[in-house]
Amino acid sequence: MRRRREKKKDKRKKDFAGVLFLLPGFAGVVCFTLLPFAEVIKRSFQSAVTAKWVGWTNYMTVFTNTAFRMAAMNTLRFTSVCIPLLVALSLVLAVVLQKLRAGKNLLKSMLLIPVAVPAASVVLVWKVLFHSNGLLNGLLLKLGAQKVGWMTSGAAFSVLVVSYLWKNLGYDMILWLAGLAGIPEDIYEAARVDGAGEWKCFTRITIPNLLPSLYTITVLSFLNSFKVFREAWLVAGDYPHQSMYLLQHLYNNWFRELSFDKISAAAVVNAIVVLALILVLRRSWERE
Amino acid sequence: MTKKFVRGITYLPLILLAGVICFPMLFAATGVFMQQWELEDYLAPVLAGADGMASWPLLPHAPTLRSLVELLLDSPQFFVMFWNSLKISLCILIGQTVFGVPAAWGLARFEFPGKQAVLLLYIVLMLMPFQVLMLPQYLVLDRFRLLDTHAAVILPAVFSTFPVFIMYRFFCGIPEAILEAARIDGAGHLQIFFRIGIPLGAAGIVSSGILGFLESWNMIEQPMTFLKTKSLWPLSLFLPEIGLAEVGLGFAAAFMMLVPALLLFLSGQEYLEQGIAAAALKE
Repeated sequence: MRRRREKKKDKRKKDFAGVLFLLPGFAGVVCFTLLPFAEVIKRSFQSAVTAKWVGWTNYMTVFTNTAFRMAAMNTLRFTSVCIPLLVALSLVLAVVLQKLRAGKNLLKSMLLIPVAVPAASVVLVWKVLFHSNGLLNGLLLKLGAQKVGWMTSGAAFSVLVVSYLWKNLGYDMILWLAGLAGIPEDIYEAARVDGAGEWKCFTRITIPNLLPSLYTITVLSFLNSFKVFREAWLVAGDYPHQSMYLLQHLYNNWFRELSFDKISAAAVVNAIVVLALILVLRRSWERE
Repeated sequence: MTKKFVRGITYLPLILLAGVICFPMLFAATGVFMQQWELEDYLAPVLAGADGMASWPLLPHAPTLRSLVELLLDSPQFFVMFWNSLKISLCILIGQTVFGVPAAWGLARFEFPGKQAVLLLYIVLMLMPFQVLMLPQYLVLDRFRLLDTHAAVILPAVFSTFPVFIMYRFFCGIPEAILEAARIDGAGHLQIFFRIGIPLGAAGIVSSGILGFLESWNMIEQPMTFLKTKSLWPLSLFLPEIGLAEVGLGFAAAFMMLVPALLLFLSGQEYLEQGIAAAALKE
């Protein structure tokens, strides 16, 4: 009896210690993120200058705002094009790379370098590549094709897509490789003994075993997709061609106008969308 | 025979792709060895709107380090920005370690009520894009009167939850038996943390440090929003300001920004990969 109580006491002590370890960092998170975010939720129901309670007005203003609709559509279009493309491409790369014998590490390093390269240090390269008199158009002319207005037409969207793929292909490939390394080799051997070919092994063993990784990889790719704003801003500034005008551009411009009411409402909507996506993806993969 | 041929063929697209991906860095690196006049020669159609198309040689015609020397000797402005970048990144790194390592340890090795909720909160926060956190952070920095100081960029990043999550994954991998043995020998919580947790989780701390440094070295949105005074800017904001008229200087500055990141990449690639992969492993 006494022993039991001692054990219980010990456990409580342990709990307390865990909280102590967590506390300093958690206090910072509360102070710099949680509390101010609560303030933003409050502000999203208030007018910007007088802080008068205005109900859903700010949300209405945001949803009917054409710039917001355009930026949201672009962001949505961008993620729905890029993420499947990136996830699939990096999977193919990881599977191929894993099977290679020679040069595997060198190729891996080369594909991974963009993760480390600061966007600002290649901004000149991007400008020279995609300028209307730039290298890419020079190549097109040589091949007998027409010039493309990379920064001044709808093609700007593809510049964005290419930048994102360039930056994240290696990153996602590493994630897939980690997933692949977790599949025990003997499953493959057993299947081969039973006469399964490469393709069958891939569809019946590799793909099902990688499904749990798919969730994290999709979520992380989604997270990284917001950072493509850097490349967009670096090459095209605050007001780029409208096909690459993203939510971050809009928020920056609202910020400069001090439209805190609009940003508050938009940030809350944005947070809800991100949260919903994380939870939906999580739920759907847990069910598998 | 055919199998060998197939294997050979798969290298071709891979090498091509790797080449395309590395091209921007090669491009930037060749640019450093050219002088303003040579760059102007190749890039006039882009820089000055001249007729014809820009071109780029494989190797510089008259290789020289003049632009780099000019940048390092005659541009005090550059030094200020470089120092700003370094100061911001190192402060963030130290802060993330001091606050993040214990937090990750607490989450990984202890059971307490609300732990799962905190963990979920950390995951959600690490996935929130800056555009969501921009205004909240601005408000709190404004209240503490920290706007337009380096602390405005450093403090929110110190309490970012991504490094905590990475280290948490590594700390979870330490076998409980080792900790149990230490406990039986009478080691206290702090002793276990410092003598076992930190050494065995070192790979995780290094991984998160490398990812964190690259992230803060590359930071653009935060300084852009929280810093007004130009003399406080990091390199990442200074670079786009260099007009195409000073393209030699631009290439040299870009090179100086690229070098620390690449050195870190080359020396710590293994840890970097581990850090990236830590997020993907099954719970």
